[in-house]
Amino acid sequence: MDPIEKTRIVGAPVLRKEGVDKLLGRARYVDDIEREGMWFGLTVRSTIPRGFIRSIGFDRRIDWSQFTVVTAADIPGKNHIHLIIADQPVLADGMVNHCDEAILLLAHPDKHKLREAASAVHIEYDPLPPVFTIDESERQETIVWGADNLIKSFLLEKGDVDSAWSNAAHIVEGEYRTGAQEHLYIENNGMIAEWNPETGITVWGSLQCPYYVHKSLLAVFDLPEDKVRVIQTETGGAFGGKEDYPSTLASHAALLAFKSGHIVKMVYDRMEDLAATTKRHPSRVRHRTALASNGKLLAMDIEVATDGGAYTTLSSTVLSRATLHSPGPYVCPNVRVRAHAWATNTVPYGAFRGFGAPQSIFAIERHMDEIAAVIGLDPVELRRRNFLHDGDTTATEQVMRDPVILDKLLDRALAESDYYDRHKKFAQQNQSNPIKRGLGIAAFFHGSGFTGSGERYLNSLAGIDVIPEGKVRILVANTEFGQGTNTVLSQIAAEALNIGYDDIIVAQPDTSVVPNSGPTVASRTTMVVGHLIERAGAQLLTMLREHAGLGAHFTPKEFFAACERYRSSHGKVESLCRYEAPPGIFWDDKTYHGEAYPAYVWSVQVAQVAVDTVTYSAEVEDFWSVQEVGRVLNPILAGGQIEGGIAQAIGYALYEKVLLQNGHMANNQMTNYIMPTAEDVPPIHVYFEQIPFRYGGFGAKGIGELPHDGPAPAILNAIRDATGVGFNTIPLLPEDLFLELSMREPQVETAPV
Amino acid sequence: MSDGCPTIRFTVNGQDVAVETLPMKRLLDVLREDLHLTGTKEGCGEGECGSCSVRMNGELVNSCLIPVLQAEGAAIQTVEGLAINGELHPLQKAFLQCGGAQCGICTPGMLMAATQLLAINPHPSMPEIREGLAGNLCRCTGFTRIFESVVSAASADTSNLQAQADHAR
Repeated sequence: MDPIEKTRIVGAPVLRKEGVDKLLGRARYVDDIEREGMWFGLTVRSTIPRGFIRSIGFDRRIDWSQFTVVTAADIPGKNHIHLIIADQPVLADGMVNHCDEAILLLAHPDKHKLREAASAVHIEYDPLPPVFTIDESERQETIVWGADNLIKSFLLEKGDVDSAWSNAAHIVEGEYRTGAQEHLYIENNGMIAEWNPETGITVWGSLQCPYYVHKSLLAVFDLPEDKVRVIQTETGGAFGGKEDYPSTLASHAALLAFKSGHIVKMVYDRMEDLAATTKRHPSRVRHRTALASNGKLLAMDIEVATDGGAYTTLSSTVLSRATLHSPGPYVCPNVRVRAHAWATNTVPYGAFRGFGAPQSIFAIERHMDEIAAVIGLDPVELRRRNFLHDGDTTATEQVMRDPVILDKLLDRALAESDYYDRHKKFAQQNQSNPIKRGLGIAAFFHGSGFTGSGERYLNSLAGIDVIPEGKVRILVANTEFGQGTNTVLSQIAAEALNIGYDDIIVAQPDTSVVPNSGPTVASRTTMVVGHLIERAGAQLLTMLREHAGLGAHFTPKEFFAACERYRSSHGKVESLCRYEAPPGIFWDDKTYHGEAYPAYVWSVQVAQVAVDTVTYSAEVEDFWSVQEVGRVLNPILAGGQIEGGIAQAIGYALYEKVLLQNGHMANNQMTNYIMPTAEDVPPIHVYFEQIPFRYGGFGAKGIGELPHDGPAPAILNAIRDATGVGFNTIPLLPEDLFLELSMREPQVETAPV
Repeated sequence: MSDGCPTIRFTVNGQDVAVETLPMKRLLDVLREDLHLTGTKEGCGEGECGSCSVRMNGELVNSCLIPVLQAEGAAIQTVEGLAINGELHPLQKAFLQCGGAQCGICTPGMLMAATQLLAINPHPSMPEIREGLAGNLCRCTGFTRIFESVVSAASADTSNLQAQADHAR
């Protein structure tokens, strides 16, 4: 194990780089930007889930000459959103495949005129039968996508599952379902676009991945690379919800700008954002598990099914991550995972913090508690007996070469939560109390960075330059949306260059300025891009020592003086580095075997839940999270990531239900899509164990997604502990608890006073 | 503006303003569009998220639910009015030091709610902080560090804050 390197700035609680601007209300989000002569855009959307567009009529009560109207016929290039498969149109052309699919765009100088105009566009349809669920789609009675509704499948096999059943002391089966979840970033999606015949298209917007948007616009407008420019504005939360969707919105705004000749702003209101943009994939996971009499796993047969919605978007890669996380952090000689992503006629499901892992971890971690109950073993002990350790192999036969400290994480979680004493106390109190308390546990890993060969394909380029004003500038396409990119990359650069944190600035992500350092997704920024910045810093020091007389020891002033000497002889002071895979990392896409991720982060969480058997509400009262995420570069930001992820996952487990009616999100308002408030989030206790990862930025691995993986199963395990009833579907609302618990009871009467 | 729009007069952050506008225009839009005070944010437009929170005559309001005519003669305070001469308000300092702001979009409204809370209750308990901020949604932080920020700002011991700030440099 590498010791933790002594550092000045890395590891310190430095203040958020753009924090003062945010606190003063000075940070400029896309809707805060005004431009002279700017028009506004609005989208006319499908009101049916599936069918042919028979006609589009324009009511004469509107003077349409005052509006710019864009349909699919106005698209100069390809009518598809560039991502994995080119199946999603920018604008529906002749057919719609989900409610709220964009059909037509309107622009006008007065945004208040747009609603009335939109209501004066009359679209007639010839409806086709829709499919709304995984179960319907896999029956393939109605084909709504491709030849068979099947967007993607994976088969992961290790050992020989089929021969394991006969030797099993126990066989335990279970089915687990998770619902859609809305990101509910507080800033809705928004974009501003400008067209100029000489410079081409420029867009400014709320987004995670400038180069995804760039690539999409190139195809939609059939323009060369230098005629499309994408600039990220301050972004008010994303969580994956601004990974792929901004490519669609940017295309829409740009089409209106292109046709109208005006700058066009499109900012969704909450109802439109909720109804029309991506959500977390609903899932159904089935487990069949063979165990030896001592509780050791002998075989895991797992079926993962996700609902991909109407178009592919990121469903194949989400399915891949769901597949790879479905066996959990356990060692098992025989594993088979059959995974399928099915198409339905709903808004396409997309990236959301965890990216498939929360779904499959919900299943395995709920299933472990059901196994424990069947074989009569403490759920804690069952997990401990099956944990992966150094040298073990995962389901893809990746050897765990770096330290795995699950036992230590578990011990700490038990100690910090006073698990056994608390548990004993609740068991006693529950006998005479209508409020039943329980404790639940979840143990899990999350793969950091892109899956499989992903990082090799990305081939990211990132670095720094030195501007004449005497600041080092970070050049990355990775974006800040609250998680701390600006701060952590600045810490890394300052540390690597041995200068001050205040000597570093971060270039606004602008595809005309910054190199393509890959998307800001997959918990990869600090680990992968951070390492590139660390290398770029070391490379710059070497350049300055060899060509500009920088000494072995230097002050910031001497550093910048050397930079100016270098500039006068070389023109610019820039240091860029390209991704290099850590040695020994090999993934075979064909056999679906090998090093699925360059590094894993690990966590054990404990939830304390109270179930009120009078009101049937379940409340998370306390929460403990212990994790190993490599080196913690900034304790304030790292803690904030864990706490925020847990709060979001509490919503996933107990509050947040996307209610579809005929494929349209019926509760598309904050009034009735309920997220946890300040009164719902419990005290959250966060503990880090640190094992530096030598190929991550100053030892860091990924952190952002991990905390969202565990709370849902931990909470439902706690409810099982409290009530004796295992619930296998989330969200678990009071009405669900009522239905199940009220049927089961003879109610335990409270003792007469 | 078109004929027939009345002039609505009120103060924003201590400055007199006069806006000729439709009387039913939302205070939120008047602040953002007419007065170019874009620190106040729209998150939901229906009074659920609190991102548009401002103080009006010493009360916390959702500016998306206030027709501007109701602001006639009122004293409005927005996030832009918290810092004085560039010096951060103690709550702003505390949010910065404790990690109470992440993406920043809920932050202006959260700061106004916290300002209101401390104005009526300078030393709130944790349940009072939770209740005081319950109308403001934050999707990034899980609220924990926002609570810490409020506790920190309410604490008389500002030397500790200063020490943290110095360490963080």
